[in-house]
Amino acid sequence: MGENKSLLQLEGITKIFSRGTIDEVKALDNIKLDVNAEDYITIIGSNGAGKTTMLNLIAGVFPPERGGKVIINGNDITGLSEYKHAAYIGRVYQDPNIGTATKMTIEENLAMAVLRGQTRGLRAASNKQRRELFRSTLAPLGLGLEDRLNAMVGTLSSGQRQAVALVMATISKPALLLLDEHIANLDPRTAQIVLELTEMIVRQEKMTTMMVTHNMELALKYGNRLIMMHEGKIVVDLNQDQRTGLTINDLVTAFEQASGRKFIEDKILLRR
Amino acid sequence: MPPIIQGILNTSISEGLVYAFIAIGVFLTLRVLAFPDLTVDGSFVVGGSIVAVMIAGGYNPFLATIVAFVGGLACGAITGLLNTKLRIPALLAGILMMVGLYSVNLLIMGRPNIPLLRSVTMFDSIASWFGMARSTILVIIVFAVIAFIVFMLLNWFLRTEIGLALRASGDNEQMVRSLGVDTDKNILLGVAISNGLVALAGALVAQNQQFSDVNMGIGMIVMGLAAVIIGEALIHPRGVTSMLLAAFVGTFLYRLFITIAFRLGLAPGNLKLITALLVIIAMAIPYIQKKLRHEWMPPAARW
Ligand SMILES: Nc1ncnc2c1ncn2[C@@H]1O[C@H](COP(=O)(O)OP(=O)(O)OP(=O)(O)O)[C@@H](O)[C@H]1O
Ligand SMILES: [Mg+2]
Repeated sequence: MGENKSLLQLEGITKIFSRGTIDEVKALDNIKLDVNAEDYITIIGSNGAGKTTMLNLIAGVFPPERGGKVIINGNDITGLSEYKHAAYIGRVYQDPNIGTATKMTIEENLAMAVLRGQTRGLRAASNKQRRELFRSTLAPLGLGLEDRLNAMVGTLSSGQRQAVALVMATISKPALLLLDEHIANLDPRTAQIVLELTEMIVRQEKMTTMMVTHNMELALKYGNRLIMMHEGKIVVDLNQDQRTGLTINDLVTAFEQASGRKFIEDKILLRR
Repeated sequence: MPPIIQGILNTSISEGLVYAFIAIGVFLTLRVLAFPDLTVDGSFVVGGSIVAVMIAGGYNPFLATIVAFVGGLACGAITGLLNTKLRIPALLAGILMMVGLYSVNLLIMGRPNIPLLRSVTMFDSIASWFGMARSTILVIIVFAVIAFIVFMLLNWFLRTEIGLALRASGDNEQMVRSLGVDTDKNILLGVAISNGLVALAGALVAQNQQFSDVNMGIGMIVMGLAAVIIGEALIHPRGVTSMLLAAFVGTFLYRLFITIAFRLGLAPGNLKLITALLVIIAMAIPYIQKKLRHEWMPPAARW
């Protein structure tokens, strides 16, 4: 496997919301990004920088403006509906309720997830073999979920639910994993656990990952590449070598140089 | 058993079995898909009209019943399309269909009602196979067999990969889409199956009462809802099987309740009012309970 094999290419991606009204926002401004296979990219940026919009666009929630291109594994998927993008992309959201069906059991949720991107037919949704797979996938998390396959997801704690969401996003081994502040809603201890689970799964499956976070320390600690966004643009893009040895203060300086603005912690909510 | 009780039981059982399809339909749309579908009042009559026109025209009653089912599927599919493709809110899409179908049913039948007294219905055919006359027991057996088949089919289908995706679409549509499923298609399928079952009920009821009337669907959705609420209160369904069972139990008890009420002298004209009050009370109880406990409850959805 070549180190520099390109997995995702974004070319000339612009996204304008409420075009032609006074609320017009250019959420993404001519983005170009090349993600290599097995990259683990952390993404930081101020509120409204366009991080979520970029992930939504990659996931096909909406198409880019004319001329933009989304290419994954060599397939041009620009403009295809979200459910077609889903064959390539696993996603975990900030709110655990978005990533799981709360009125269904853990088993049913995983049975949905394991068929990502495949044609669903009239076979039984779950069987002994799949239950074994679910158990063996849940067991390493160390949360005891493997013994609770029949529990409704709505009865789990938010940390447990986010762990289930993470397993659902990764169990079918999609080409790309998108994480949007997926630990931001959790208490610090649970956040740490879910973060470690993420690290474990990403490492084990060598999964190409893009993780949005507001925490600069985490952004430096995890992954092999760091992207900073500002006003719809990627203003800083550091590879592993450029990143090593950097401190949070270096990041702040880089932000100020790139954006031409003073770093005001409160306003842009980047946590040290 | 005293004949009067026997009579009450026979009526509630046979009606409980056939109207249960409506309760299952309401369960599928409202509870499984979270899609409040009012097409029901119209598609019930579509089933009755199709079966009446075809049987009166000399077609095979089994074929007529199948065509009636397919007619219901089509009604549901259109409601689903209005919602998913034209983005009309589910409730309004159902109302539009219900109103439009009134005229469609008049067009199908060519007049407000068709009697089937002298025609060969499914029950007459089956009775003649066994060289018997048509009887209450025979009707109950036929209904029971059809109900059993529908129960087994749905119990299987809702556990398949497609069935699971359909159920999940009602729970968290966003998640289902992010797992690579075309949720529009699922909603379409679910609403279609629901109305197919309702039309099947309409077709069976018309053959049993030996006439079809353009007004026979009024209030079916509320009746289905009442049955669903009774079933849920008693069974607390958690899975597919108990959900289906709850529909049957709820419908049987509802029919038992009104059969007894009729015997005690309730005027048939008051039935709809009683049913509506039953549903209002059942739906208001959770709010009143919370109010008494000084808990907050969000305003009801307006769409
Ligand atoms: N669906 C939408 N409709 C209109 N405007 C939108 C929509 N989604 C995002 N925006 C706008 O696009 C800009 C970028 O928003 P986005 O959610 O991508 O920011 P973000 O970087 O994820 O911020 P945060 O850190 O607060 O999550 C913002 O100005 C936002 O108001
Ligand atoms: Mg965001």
